[in-house]
Amino acid sequence: MSALPKAAHTDGEAVMSARNVAKFFGSVRALNGVNFDIHRGQVTTLFGENGAGKSTLMKILAGIQPPTSGEIILDGEPVRFSSSTEARNRGISIIHQELSLAPNLSVRDNIFMGREIRTATGVNFAEEARLTKALMEELEEDIDPMTLVEDLRLGQQQIVEIARALSVNSRILIMDEPTSALSATEVEVLFKVIRDLKSRGVSIVYISHHLEEALQITDHAVVLRDGNMTAKAPRSEIDLEWIVRNMVGDNFDLGSPPTGYEFGDVALSIDDVVVTEASGANVVDHMSLQVRAGEIVCIYGLMGAGRTELLEAVAGRGELMNGKVLLEGEDVSGATIAERIAKGLSLVPEDRQRDGLVQTMTVGKNLSLASIGAFVKGCFTSPQRERELVDESIRRVTVKTAGGGAAIGSLSGGNQQKVVIGKMLATNPKVLLLDEPSRGIDIGAKAEVFRLIAERARQGLAVIYSTSEVGECLSVAHRIIVMARGKISAEFGPDVSKEQIMAASGESVVE
Amino acid sequence: MTTANKTAQGVQGAPSRGGIDIVRILLEGRAFFALIVIIVVFSMLSPVYFSTANFLVMASHVAIYGLLAIGMLVVILTGGIDLSVGSTLGLCGVVAGALMQGVEIEVLGSIFYPSVWVVVVLTCALGGFIGAVNGVLIAYLKVPAFVATLGVLYCARGVALLLTNGLTYNNLGGQPELGNTGFDWLGFNTFFNVPIGVLVLVALAIIAVILLNRTAFGRWVYSTGGNARAAELSGVPVKFTTISVYVFSGICAAVAGLVLSSQLTSAGPTAGTTYELTAIAAVVVGGAALTGGRGNVRGTLLGAFVIGFLSDGLVIIGVSAYWQTVFTGAVIVLAVLMNSIQYAKRPKPLPASGNPVIPQKEPAGKLA
Repeated sequence: MSALPKAAHTDGEAVMSARNVAKFFGSVRALNGVNFDIHRGQVTTLFGENGAGKSTLMKILAGIQPPTSGEIILDGEPVRFSSSTEARNRGISIIHQELSLAPNLSVRDNIFMGREIRTATGVNFAEEARLTKALMEELEEDIDPMTLVEDLRLGQQQIVEIARALSVNSRILIMDEPTSALSATEVEVLFKVIRDLKSRGVSIVYISHHLEEALQITDHAVVLRDGNMTAKAPRSEIDLEWIVRNMVGDNFDLGSPPTGYEFGDVALSIDDVVVTEASGANVVDHMSLQVRAGEIVCIYGLMGAGRTELLEAVAGRGELMNGKVLLEGEDVSGATIAERIAKGLSLVPEDRQRDGLVQTMTVGKNLSLASIGAFVKGCFTSPQRERELVDESIRRVTVKTAGGGAAIGSLSGGNQQKVVIGKMLATNPKVLLLDEPSRGIDIGAKAEVFRLIAERARQGLAVIYSTSEVGECLSVAHRIIVMARGKISAEFGPDVSKEQIMAASGESVVE
Repeated sequence: MTTANKTAQGVQGAPSRGGIDIVRILLEGRAFFALIVIIVVFSMLSPVYFSTANFLVMASHVAIYGLLAIGMLVVILTGGIDLSVGSTLGLCGVVAGALMQGVEIEVLGSIFYPSVWVVVVLTCALGGFIGAVNGVLIAYLKVPAFVATLGVLYCARGVALLLTNGLTYNNLGGQPELGNTGFDWLGFNTFFNVPIGVLVLVALAIIAVILLNRTAFGRWVYSTGGNARAAELSGVPVKFTTISVYVFSGICAAVAGLVLSSQLTSAGPTAGTTYELTAIAAVVVGGAALTGGRGNVRGTLLGAFVIGFLSDGLVIIGVSAYWQTVFTGAVIVLAVLMNSIQYAKRPKPLPASGNPVIPQKEPAGKLA
């Protein structure tokens, strides 16, 4: 770690600052005169909803995008980076929210990608492997340097991404949602590494939607809203409520289970279902579950508990090794995805970029994709009926967009998620499965998603949603199922405590 | 939430400034402007280029490429590629030629002469069958489109050579007493001076436009190419769509084979060699993305005309065949270059400062 600056402990002093930084995309304002300080040897956390401008600010600091106006000050001098390489040479690294690894290469090759250790005769692979091993030990991850990245779990891939940023000996490290795919233990290790880096004088900028988690590690908090900085304060002066108030503007909660009506008949019955993965292991192990019309069931579990596999199997992707799926008493185990949608069983997939959206299509065409049949007259589609359907969906799920003709990429993450949900709601389902509907969306959008779920349940929709955030189990669910290793490990009513849920999932409480 | 996410809206609805508009128009209408430039330049270089007669001759050449290119477009929109269309064209031409010579049915001891419309239907069915083979290989047996259609390219060409023993059918006129005349109608007749081949292209283009824009199938095609996984989870029959587009492309190739052998009044087993590459070039010049999901019939037709008018123009002004190849290649590369510029800018318009917008996802490790 020779390139590290001498640990001059002038803590708290700003090593890098943004002064009055503004950024426009065309005529759209992403940042509006933001002042932001990175404190030496401390963690500064940036809070804000999706679309608040957090990622844009980070990209400007990391040299990926130039600011439209304002200046960046590094070590007391104004700088202007023309590329992220230039920023990296000045000791600034960024860990992106989306992983940027080459899955076909080994862990070692990924970590040294683009900066291979060269000798006269080629690359010094042995040295690279040794350094990789050292990094993995530091991160307490038992990963062989020669393992292919595609063979790793998502959480482990995230660790590799973090290891790569650490390996360049940065003095300013920007982490954009580094924990979104990590397990509780992995988060703890990461926090240990962050504390270690702090003690070596490395300054860290941290972005997370996981507010409680971020509060554990941060020294300073800065809140962005709508491209403006709304608040900043040191850790000692803030709490969760302060962050949320400044992010959203007023008080909110994720809602409560809808009441005042009777559940209907059993809408979905999952009977002794087994899903087997390529290695032969049962990811879903003889699971049975019944959901009644109007009921909201939450499935909580860690990554790899089998939630996604269960929901995808029920929706018709992949094959059931055993068991049956009954929709209102009718066996749909052999039906295609399209047939299940037509019968009223829809899935909102976990990864909206990969499985939810067609990026080349407009907002409107994405919204109408699952219900094309509703606006086909004879052989031809009716543009007018489609427009009605799209406008209706936009209104119903409150997508903030310029209209059905807007590019899907112009929406923020939360609004993109609402498009995916709106698309499936437009098929008039009787049973809706939502796999991590709140992943990577801000707290305001989360509340709206849960409000939407509650509203539709009241009208008789049976809902199953999965989550890995305990707080979300306790919002709108009538029943909470905890999954661990492909099985139901516990079942609770809505008055359960967070600790009980986490204990049942095999997760130790991070406190 | 009432005030949040304002930054996300209005990107599309943002009023663009004058200067940017011209750049965008030039970029999006590039095939059209290229065509105008080609016509103007060759009209100045040669007195015979700018005449109705010459345009009609060139248009009937373009018809062949255009027919193939429309089939190719639909395949490329799903994110696939069909390398077999040139060979399918050749094989279909040869089979049509063989049918015109009469089919001997040994059991009956007589020779059966199908009428021309029967020949046309059977030939199109053959094209569709070859496409179905491609489609099944790709959709169900998971063979990459490039490899599957490359294999079919060789097989179809081989079968065409086997059928004819390498020879060409020259007698396609039919005989009135056998009731099978009229094959040359496709290639030689005109309707208000417009060659029938060109009208066939127009008809097919209209069918393709309706299919892509006004039917559920069209939506399936675009969504399969944009994101097959998302399309599948939304209930789009991705496998059916994949097979169908190759069948469509095969039928287009069969029609092109019929028009070509009718124009030439002969059906040779090597007809259409490397035409698949010209068809791909037309689609790309027309602004479609080879990754799927983006492109339209209008652009593809313009692309076919750009390539056809350019190569015919070079012939007319007497440029050597070797230089013609170089020019065509340069046009294709230029077109792809423009595609990457255009799609890199989306969905964000050019920033006012004129600084280049760097793509969002940047593999940080590849930079140093």
